Amino acid sequence: MFENLSNRLGGVFDKLRGKGALKESDVDEAMREIRVALLEADVALPVVKQFVANVKEEAVGQDVIKGVNPAQQVVKIVNDAMVEMLGGDNEDERALKFASAPCAYLMVGLQGSGKTTTTAKIAKFLTDKQRKKVLMASLDVYRPAAQLQLKQLGEQTGVETLEIIEGQNPVQIAMRAMEEGRKGGFDLVILDTAGRLSIDEELMQEVADVKAATHPVETLLIADAMTGQDAVVTAEKFNERVPVTGVVLTRVDGDSRGGAAMSMKAVTGCPIKLLGMGEKWDALEPFHPDRMASRILGMGDVVSLVEKAVDTVNREEAEKMAEKFKKGQFDFNDLLSQMKQITKMGGAGSIMKLLPGLGKMAKQIEEAGMDDSILKHQEALILSMTPEEREKPKLLNASRRKRIAAGAGMTVQDVNKLVKQLEQMQTVMKRMKKMGMGNMMGMMKNMMGEKDAELLAQSMDPDALAEDMVRAKNSDNPLGSNPFLQGGGGLGGMGGGMPPGMGLPGMGLRGGTKKDRKKGKKK
Amino acid sequence: MVFWRKKKNATEQEKQEQEDKVIHHPEEPEIEPPTEYEAELSEDQKHEIFEETEEEIIEELEETPVPEMTREIIEEDEELDVPEEKQGWFSRMTEGLSKSSNKITQGLTDLVTKKKLDQDLLDELEDLLITADLGPKTAAKIVEEFGKDRFGKDISEEEIRLALAESIANILTPVAKPQTFEKREDGKPFVTIVVGVNGVGKTTTIGKVAHDLQMTQKRPTMIAAADTFRAAAIEQLEVWAKRAGCPFVSKEIGSDAAAVAFEAYEKAKAEGTEVLFIDTAGRLHNKANLMAELEKIVRVLKKQDETLPHAVLLVLDATTGQNAFEQVRIFKEMMNVTGLIVTKLDGSAKGGVVVGLADEFGLPIHMIGVGEQIGDLRPFDAQDFANSLVGANS
Repeated sequence: MFENLSNRLGGVFDKLRGKGALKESDVDEAMREIRVALLEADVALPVVKQFVANVKEEAVGQDVIKGVNPAQQVVKIVNDAMVEMLGGDNEDERALKFASAPCAYLMVGLQGSGKTTTTAKIAKFLTDKQRKKVLMASLDVYRPAAQLQLKQLGEQTGVETLEIIEGQNPVQIAMRAMEEGRKGGFDLVILDTAGRLSIDEELMQEVADVKAATHPVETLLIADAMTGQDAVVTAEKFNERVPVTGVVLTRVDGDSRGGAAMSMKAVTGCPIKLLGMGEKWDALEPFHPDRMASRILGMGDVVSLVEKAVDTVNREEAEKMAEKFKKGQFDFNDLLSQMKQITKMGGAGSIMKLLPGLGKMAKQIEEAGMDDSILKHQEALILSMTPEEREKPKLLNASRRKRIAAGAGMTVQDVNKLVKQLEQMQTVMKRMKKMGMGNMMGMMKNMMGEKDAELLAQSMDPDALAEDMVRAKNSDNPLGSNPFLQGGGGLGGMGGGMPPGMGLPGMGLRGGTKKDRKKGKKK
Repeated sequence: MVFWRKKKNATEQEKQEQEDKVIHHPEEPEIEPPTEYEAELSEDQKHEIFEETEEEIIEELEETPVPEMTREIIEEDEELDVPEEKQGWFSRMTEGLSKSSNKITQGLTDLVTKKKLDQDLLDELEDLLITADLGPKTAAKIVEEFGKDRFGKDISEEEIRLALAESIANILTPVAKPQTFEKREDGKPFVTIVVGVNGVGKTTTIGKVAHDLQMTQKRPTMIAAADTFRAAAIEQLEVWAKRAGCPFVSKEIGSDAAAVAFEAYEKAKAEGTEVLFIDTAGRLHNKANLMAELEKIVRVLKKQDETLPHAVLLVLDATTGQNAFEQVRIFKEMMNVTGLIVTKLDGSAKGGVVVGLADEFGLPIHMIGVGEQIGDLRPFDAQDFANSLVGANS
């Protein structure tokens, strides 16, 4: 339902092609689109206004980079600014702090934001991964069975909880927890408070009292990633009464765009420390500003694409590579490097899940039982070939195939399959040349539904693809384009089926994202 | 990927790309003409909702025996400084809602009292609606409609409020339909499944509604705990069942939710229960396996009786932003949701997203939650909600 930001910007910037620099009037128009996109992602209005003003200032007057369309360039500026705002590279700031034992963490937030679950997750994480002795205590004397809930979570996670004594008020419970923490030799006491509204004076005072009594080293505001405009009000009020030291965003495994992250960071100035990513105990992840920015903007592929274009690469070589592909000279070396990339990026399914609009396909593949072990087997086969064989697949006669199969611990049939696959890919590449772009698009649309195809088309800039290829070829850590290796056979589960060897365009673009982006920064 | 690298066709390719980039704004559905929903109410309900005086309500509330209303429970009231029994419905609702509209009201007051309606003023109004979570599209639409006949004219603050409230009420009126959990003619229970994402207030809402039915309306009501996943969820609901004086059906944690629903229905049928509530575990709408579990509950119930369930209520948190659209869309698709309940409207969140939801989905909004107390549930009134949203006096 969300339109891709660069899609929106595309229209605005079409007339800009060929111009030298980004003019204020052009940027103005783009900023209107960005404003709407951010509001749809639930970033709070005051934050949007400030952000847009800053970005505009930066964008005006920048030279238009050749080979990148201005829309994408503006998106990159927006993305960079957002990453910076969300905390940039400052990882130390996002780490959980400790003090002399027993130190306290105070968990605060609205009702239903996920405080209790997060308490258990953090406790479990620190117990298992950092060998801390943790005590959990629920100060929620209001919601029915709230204390019991934490107790049960303690039993499930194997983390100790404070004994429940009826009739005590939250401050008393907190004091008792700290006392128990001292006596029991705990490193950390996590105090889980009741959910409260930021406008509820009485309860806000109560949590302030708890804070004054326990001097927590971390006061974490737990907030739902789905929160709308209210995020600023809540964050502001909580921060006013009980200065918070960090934010934990929950339900990030939902499909909200997570604009609340930006709102809360902007209002409190506190780092977003952790993300709740699911119902399992280990579903707690560190916060990555770049990923969150991509999510808020509803993109990612385009961003990395522009990143690459900016880094720039030897164009000549890229074109040579492209030429090679066009002629269908795709050999086992190319296939191998692409397999490695897929494996490195966590397998085909996980890559597809990251791509906008391809989540559905990932599921289909899972259902079709296609898993990454096939990639490993094929890799082994290629590695059993001599360098000569890898370059010239035609050399593979029967006895060579037997040798290769034995070397990889596979059968000759497997070798045949691999060779066939390579041939199919070559054929498709040649056919592609004849078909031209228009027909291809039609095919994609039939296959994936119009919207998805549009998204994909968006991420297919031939130049950048060529660059991808160069990377794939030259670097020891190749992160390039990945025609989906299994071709028609492996994707049997998909309606209509893909043309053999056709694979998933765009995959490599997104796939390159993380590492490439980091690389780019270091340069 | 590689096959797209068609250098020679560069211009053609570019054209194609541009074509593919054309933005397709979805056509915004027209606002349905307001319908008179009062007609669907019985005389009693009409009276209750629209004419009941504060005295009557106080009387009613005071008559109501509240079991185990201990000190602990009274303490639990986060919202009210004064004992709530002393206040009437409307003043309480306005109070609850006015908290949510404080900011927007303030914003409106900041606009000059009488001023020519120009683009700046319209932009400000749009911003105000956006801060109330109406979303950029809905806000733009309402403001456009608002500015159509008035542009360039002098307009006072009060006029702005009233006109905006009217526009919003026009959108909301068609969906403001109470849920009456009508007594089934076949004598079997009216089965209601309550669904929603985690932490929106499903359990609390069931407690409140059940209390109203069992205690106030004296209709035999039963509650079933099909949230067999979350720690202490069953115990939490059990406390509410006790408060509401309802029989309670549960199985141990980890058991099959559909089995709980099945047993509860059998039991409710046998005991002559009029209304059965099935509480489900909170789940994110994008988790296919969890949504499938919900479908299973329906499937199992349907085997008993094709007409089950009679209502599927989706609970929405007023603090939720634009993601509410996806929640409603998917829950509606998979569970055939029959109506919405909006909770936590006593906070600083404005719940403006329901305006867009009403516009797009047209699902009835039955009730709103305005606190954690057992009586903190109100029928959804379009005009009041709209008025409160923009701070207009009704």
